[in-house]
Amino acid sequence: MTGPGEFTIPVEYQGAHSVEGPLLVVDKVADVGWDEMATVRLASGEVRQALVLEVHEDLAIVEVLQGTSGLDPREVTVGFTGKPFEIPVGEGWMGRAWSGLGEPLDGGPPMLGAEMRPVAGSPLNPTLRDVPRDPIVTGISVIDALTTFVRGQKLPIFSSAGLPHLELVTQIAAQATAPGEPFRVIVAAMGLTHVDAAAIRRALEKRSATGELALFLDTADDPVVQRILTPRVALTVAEHLAFDRGEHVLVLLADMTSYCEAVREVSAARGEIPGRRAYPGYLYSDLASIYERCGRIRDRPGSVTLLPVLTMPAGDITHPVPDLTGYITEGQIVLSAELAGQGIYPPVDVLGSLSRLMRKGTGEGLTRADHPAIAAQLVAALAQAGQVRDIAELVGVAALTDTDRRYLDFADAFRTVLVSQGVDESRSIEESLERAWKVVSVLPQRELTMVPTEYIERYYVSSEPAGTEQGASRNAAPASGEGNG
Amino acid sequence: MNDSPTTSTSSPSPPSTSSVGRVLRVSGPLVEVDGIDRTAMLDVVEIGPSRLAAEVVSVTSAGRIVAQAYEYTGGMRVGDGASALGHPLSARLGPWLLGGVFDGMLRPLRGGPTWLAPGVLRAEGGGEARWRFSPKAASGDVVSAGDVLAAVPTAGDVEYRLLVPPRVSGAVEWIAAEGDVGEDERVATVGGHDVTLAESWPVRVPRPVTTRLDPSEPLATGQRVVDLLFPVAKGSTVAVPGGFGTGKTVLLQQIVKWCNADVIVFVGCGERGNELADALTDLGELVDPRSGRSLLERTVVIANTSNMPVMAREASIYTGMTVAELFRDMGYDTVLLADSTSRWAEALREFSSRSGELPAEEGYPAGLASAIAAFYERAGTVRTLGGTHGSVTVIGAVSPPGGDMTEPVTSHTERFVRCLWSLDRDLAYARHYPAITWRRSFSRDAGAVGDWHGAAGRTKWAADRARAVALLAEADRLAPIVELVGLAGLPARERMVLLGARLLREGVLQQSALSKNDASCSPEKQSALLDLALALYERCLELVGRGVPASVVEEIDLAGATRMRDEVPPDDASSVTRRRDEMLEILAAVG
Repeated sequence: MTGPGEFTIPVEYQGAHSVEGPLLVVDKVADVGWDEMATVRLASGEVRQALVLEVHEDLAIVEVLQGTSGLDPREVTVGFTGKPFEIPVGEGWMGRAWSGLGEPLDGGPPMLGAEMRPVAGSPLNPTLRDVPRDPIVTGISVIDALTTFVRGQKLPIFSSAGLPHLELVTQIAAQATAPGEPFRVIVAAMGLTHVDAAAIRRALEKRSATGELALFLDTADDPVVQRILTPRVALTVAEHLAFDRGEHVLVLLADMTSYCEAVREVSAARGEIPGRRAYPGYLYSDLASIYERCGRIRDRPGSVTLLPVLTMPAGDITHPVPDLTGYITEGQIVLSAELAGQGIYPPVDVLGSLSRLMRKGTGEGLTRADHPAIAAQLVAALAQAGQVRDIAELVGVAALTDTDRRYLDFADAFRTVLVSQGVDESRSIEESLERAWKVVSVLPQRELTMVPTEYIERYYVSSEPAGTEQGASRNAAPASGEGNG
Repeated sequence: MNDSPTTSTSSPSPPSTSSVGRVLRVSGPLVEVDGIDRTAMLDVVEIGPSRLAAEVVSVTSAGRIVAQAYEYTGGMRVGDGASALGHPLSARLGPWLLGGVFDGMLRPLRGGPTWLAPGVLRAEGGGEARWRFSPKAASGDVVSAGDVLAAVPTAGDVEYRLLVPPRVSGAVEWIAAEGDVGEDERVATVGGHDVTLAESWPVRVPRPVTTRLDPSEPLATGQRVVDLLFPVAKGSTVAVPGGFGTGKTVLLQQIVKWCNADVIVFVGCGERGNELADALTDLGELVDPRSGRSLLERTVVIANTSNMPVMAREASIYTGMTVAELFRDMGYDTVLLADSTSRWAEALREFSSRSGELPAEEGYPAGLASAIAAFYERAGTVRTLGGTHGSVTVIGAVSPPGGDMTEPVTSHTERFVRCLWSLDRDLAYARHYPAITWRRSFSRDAGAVGDWHGAAGRTKWAADRARAVALLAEADRLAPIVELVGLAGLPARERMVLLGARLLREGVLQQSALSKNDASCSPEKQSALLDLALALYERCLELVGRGVPASVVEEIDLAGATRMRDEVPPDDASSVTRRRDEMLEILAAVG
């Protein structure tokens, strides 16, 4: 039985040749494999972990994960493990808080397990991949109704500094379920401040206590090399639960921008040639080696769904981190500073957001038959409302037609009734769709061109008091709507 | 030869090692090996206990080489063994290709393990199968390279033709009788050369042809904006640049499904695994309208998803091209789709930066432009060595980072291709699919294709295309003016231009990949729809010319015209023409 960082050490070498930046050169070694883990014991007795970057004749160049500060090459003992970085897999991870490398943070015992797996993982044979299907219910209306998570999908949240993405991630982690199926949540936090990390731990305590959730926390002052392993540790745990035990696992990775910065920093320390914005040329492949670990496997029950969160530096969606992410993931959920400024939570920019696989997770037998149609109608009407608003700003609301004014009311109702939600409020799919219908019912029936008549007859909420815009707004407000569900 | 059937775990054909060396240095995929005395640049060496393939990238001094491994080299040590295979990276070609799914080195993925650890895939994956062999030549015949030796039926309607390999000719000394044969069994001897069903070809070397011909016959894709405005000829080249979310993958998949080539080679080069799974499911379910069989049976899929080894991704483009050329040599029209060539270029960049090459633009190697050019140059319509016609059409997706069309891969590719289908984020945002913009797209084949249509009696094709292009350009010119002065500020004729362009966009250019009627469109229905839009536009122009106010014309409900693409089946042109006459009557009543 071995835990992370505890290895049987076959060979140890006393003293190293030299140290440079995070790199330690060990000489007179034999039988060291590339990319295997090493342990570096300092004179003080402190043990650090290291990764073999290059072997050359009798030299091994290793990168010390916790950094080289205070390290004197003449006084270290380096042991090579003969294996890549591995962790045990199993149930023991759940219900607890761990460091980014899988060491206990909660004062409990280290993770032990019979089976060790390298955290790098192996690519899944594409012919054995199954197409993602079935929804994950987050309890957040705007996501469940309009950008539904599908089990096996990777769907990132694109945010900007200062927006409540961590609150949103925490809420999703606390609430998400796969109705009727075993469900687990794994949160990997990279480069978080201690304040944020503590807030996440507190907020997720309750779910963690049920054993449904595990936390891997890498804080901003942890060594950057460690940050590169954190998402891989989380995904290795998730893959085991999903594909060996048949559970549905949601993995939340926040913040991928910190992760990418760590990759850039390590790449620069290794002296690699920089690409766009000084990120290494392999950033795409590196991100893919994380994001592509989600999915389903044919004839096996479980799934890994991935929800990476990233902050777009200066809000720029063409920055390499969101850009490369967008090329790999299946859609995106964009948060808007404008909505956040209006006090709307969660501030999801619906027109910029998209879940490409939504078709596979919504509709008859999955959520509700009318779901795809009503979702398409909401998005189309919102786009129309945006155009009307542009015109209204030029010519004034008074010059609008009655229908156009209903579109403005619709946009207001959309924000207040459907999008706006409390940070600890969880809504069922039924309730979210009820609200969606209340919102579209602000529009006259003839405007609902994307919804089949049968659904309109069934769900459209008729507004009896003939339509002044005030009346329509009131009718759609949640307070007055609660009675007729 | 031992013909015992029990040796299934050992590889059927161990590499003929020319020399054995020893690993000196491992730095990621770069491995330095000592003690190999006979090897050449780009030859393959196999390294370590799991025999990882690597390509020689430099031969330094006596017996010392640097090789680039195709897979993850974790655990490789100084002192591990290495053997040179004595030939460059080669694809194993044969009748099992059709309907199959392979990795970037053409190793079968179907039936492979769930997790692709390094070294688990082998090219000889399907070695047990037996194939029906029907000789098409007789003992004593004198044949030359490219001639058909035998036919091998496959699951679909594409017959696999066993050809005399390039550089082989002479008398057929022996040929197997009709019957079932194994992949590595000798089936013929030609001019002293043994021929087997399995043929090995170095992927970076173009397969030879007798002569190149001028492409002129269009590749019918079933996509109206392509076939009507930016047609591609069989044997020509297309680049499809588009940022994420512009519908690039859906467009390419539509072409895989509906184009009229005989064989499709789809190279998923560094793209999403889930998308590939989806495409494979779709292809398996869809029925080829021509053969009535599953579309997968005329398709070869090369799947090197983004998380699979990067160097195999670099090779996958060439492997796919080699497969396309093989079927071209059999006399087929083949299409190679590569999604995405940007990921291939990134693999080139990754490799060159690791081997310490001086970087040029954005870290890409200085040889990027010539690598792209050489790749697209392998397309063509040809007279094959066997004297028949065949073609390889290349369609390459480009993924410009941040939608930046000036970046190196996009800007170089644009110069080397004959057609450009630019995908536009604004069109995609407005749910105008396929989001091919007429502003930044071109087809240098349009003239030749127009002549081809003309020769086939469709004399209006070129003129209608010209009118459509002119109408769209005119509407684009007017758009900023409308924003300034409003629609009402325009003269009646210009307002009709905007109306006509809208008819064209909504009734002809937009096409729904999800609709049964609209996903594909026959050439006849395409022409009828274009004719419908142009005829209505002409009539509207006449109306305002006769003094009918533009606002009156604009109020006429023309939805009956724009809905036609979705209302009638893909090959129903006559209903469209009937609708045109009805709509023209409605307009006549206004005048």
